[in-house]
Amino acid sequence: MRYVQEFRNAQLVRNTLNELRRIVTRPWVLMEICGGQTHAILQYGLDQLLPPEIELIHGPGCPVCVTPLEQIDRALEIARQPNVIFCSFGDMLRVPGSQHDLFSIRAAGAQVRTVYSPLDAVRIAQQNPDRQVVFFAIGFETTAPANAASVLQAQALHLKNYSILTSQVLVPPAMHAILSSPARRVQGFLAAGHVCAVMGYWQYPPIAEQYHVPMTVTGFEPLDLAQGILTTVRMLEQDSCEVKNAYTRAVTYEGNRPAQAMIEQVFTVCDRNWRGIGLIPQSGLNLRPEFAEFDAEQRFQVAHIQPQESPLCIAGQVLQGLKKPADCPAFGKQCTPQKPLGAPMVSSEGACAAYYRYGRTISLNSTSQP
Amino acid sequence: MNQNPPIPPIEGPLCPLPLRHDETIVLGHGSGGQMTHDLIQKVFLATLGRSCLPNGNDSASLALPTTPGRLAISTDSHIVTPLFFPGGDIGRLAVCGTVNDISMSGAQPLYLTAGFILEEGLPIQTLQRVLLSMQTAAAQAGVQFVAGDTKVVEHGKADGLFINTTGFGWIPEGRTIGGEHAQPGDVILLSGPIGDHGIAVLAARGELGFEAEVESDVAPLNHLIAAALQAAPHIHVLRDPTRGGLATTLCEIALQSQVGIWLDEDRIPIRPTVRAAAEMLGFDPLYIANEGKVILIVPADEADAALTTLRAHSYGQLAERIGEVRRDPPGRTLLRTTIGGTRVLDMLAGEMLPRIC
Repeated sequence: MRYVQEFRNAQLVRNTLNELRRIVTRPWVLMEICGGQTHAILQYGLDQLLPPEIELIHGPGCPVCVTPLEQIDRALEIARQPNVIFCSFGDMLRVPGSQHDLFSIRAAGAQVRTVYSPLDAVRIAQQNPDRQVVFFAIGFETTAPANAASVLQAQALHLKNYSILTSQVLVPPAMHAILSSPARRVQGFLAAGHVCAVMGYWQYPPIAEQYHVPMTVTGFEPLDLAQGILTTVRMLEQDSCEVKNAYTRAVTYEGNRPAQAMIEQVFTVCDRNWRGIGLIPQSGLNLRPEFAEFDAEQRFQVAHIQPQESPLCIAGQVLQGLKKPADCPAFGKQCTPQKPLGAPMVSSEGACAAYYRYGRTISLNSTSQP
Repeated sequence: MNQNPPIPPIEGPLCPLPLRHDETIVLGHGSGGQMTHDLIQKVFLATLGRSCLPNGNDSASLALPTTPGRLAISTDSHIVTPLFFPGGDIGRLAVCGTVNDISMSGAQPLYLTAGFILEEGLPIQTLQRVLLSMQTAAAQAGVQFVAGDTKVVEHGKADGLFINTTGFGWIPEGRTIGGEHAQPGDVILLSGPIGDHGIAVLAARGELGFEAEVESDVAPLNHLIAAALQAAPHIHVLRDPTRGGLATTLCEIALQSQVGIWLDEDRIPIRPTVRAAAEMLGFDPLYIANEGKVILIVPADEADAALTTLRAHSYGQLAERIGEVRRDPPGRTLLRTTIGGTRVLDMLAGEMLPRIC
């Protein structure tokens, strides 16, 4: 467990938080971009150990949560077809579309399979030449290289029965959207470590400068998060807006160039709807025209499916950090992980699910002693 | 069983002899006729033992112990893919699962029944392997099979083999053990590392995408529990954290007893391989299934004796004291994290889903 256990060392976390307490002079609002970070913070109870001046708000970085309703309904339409094997990451199965989810489609007889990698879906396509195999290619810059690789591999194998339903999204345009919102509260960012492992952080200094917002590339262990928070708060206290890297064991400034090249080769930037947020210009990836034969949207002609979002759920405001999950009147009542109304209650990375699972709404201060 | 019966003397023309079908299960094995009879005699009774199963009668008749007490009954159906996995198989699972459920009431398990749903095409050799494993586990637990049933379904209508077992045990008078009896001040013990079974089965399915040398912990716990009860006669709660894992089971107990359950993350034993595999898959070991572990909630003054006894037993060597019961917050389970934070544990919502990245 090298490179993991050290970053869970309780004493080192305490030292870092003591230093944070020493330097902080006024309230600051930070946003962690990535849903994995939200979960780690709540899983370890790190939020309860922070000085009261620091408020963490949870960003839009849960790939399952931001996948737009129309893509889910299209996925359901494709998965329903009798000759299709529909492959997906596990936590997409429970995300509600406007009527159903992939679980209920599977229960009704559809072939829906959970895979850990799109390359598994390519293998399934090889093994089932008489079936159409579709992979639900969702996620941020982290999943894009593997999804691109699956298309390139299918092409090299001359597979005619493999395609992907693309719902790739990009982090920097979402940061622009959050920072240019009139309701903006965010003063500093913890940039998403895994996204930066692929993309580096060369895209961020112009954003930091334009909005005068410091950011720290941050990992996912408690010490990573504590260091990311400390580094960002130190910059805020010094009125600086640099981009720093507190996840050097995984992230370089340039990032993974071959992976970036693969994304560039297969995908092109497009406008994309984010569930709960709306259309963000130039915030998504679609297959390039030369890879159109691998585009499930075209192969199954589902682009006309354009459902409307339910008005009950405040997922959009949660994903933008404007509201906390517990501010939602449906939270824990009409909306639970067993019966999610909105996407952030579904994924283990979703802010609402994380709140429900690790915090609920009880005050821990009143119950910490017998 | 490969010895053919002597061919009767033949006079005149006759129909061709039907194939013997002694290698795979066919629908005829569930007909109730000669093939069923042969299967029961040559496969089931030959393996599970003839002495205790009713000799061709429709029911078993048994005498209950003469000591004062109450009857404990539990039933469980077992499905698992694959049928065989490191550390166990569906047969061992079917016996241990029910033996353990009976034992959790503080009962001594005595008898088992077994019902089988066989899928057409199942190799009879596979069935024999499973039955042998059931017999071994039952002998280890010291329980007897007293009734059985078998049905055959068409190919594609079952996953090879399903087994239902029902267990009967005897709870000595005066013993009241149950999820509703946890009391503030009690100590929570766990008999060993969690998550082994769930990860072993995933690994056997080839779903991990990497090698993980983990064996299922599936084991009959009745002897371990009997020893613990000797050392700590006032145990309040016994519960095996199977599906839903440690967290879901403790949440149930907190709700049943309306107490606060406080755990120390540092104290919960998890093998490094299991922890690493779970982390790579995005699973939380607290929610992964176990088949050979028991949670014991005991009065504080009996906790040390219980822990020492558990550790002296082969199924409890790695037992730990993992937390305590408090009055507050009623109905909640809380975990003190490794870095000193606190998090609320909730029940597993539905199917455990791997995370995307």
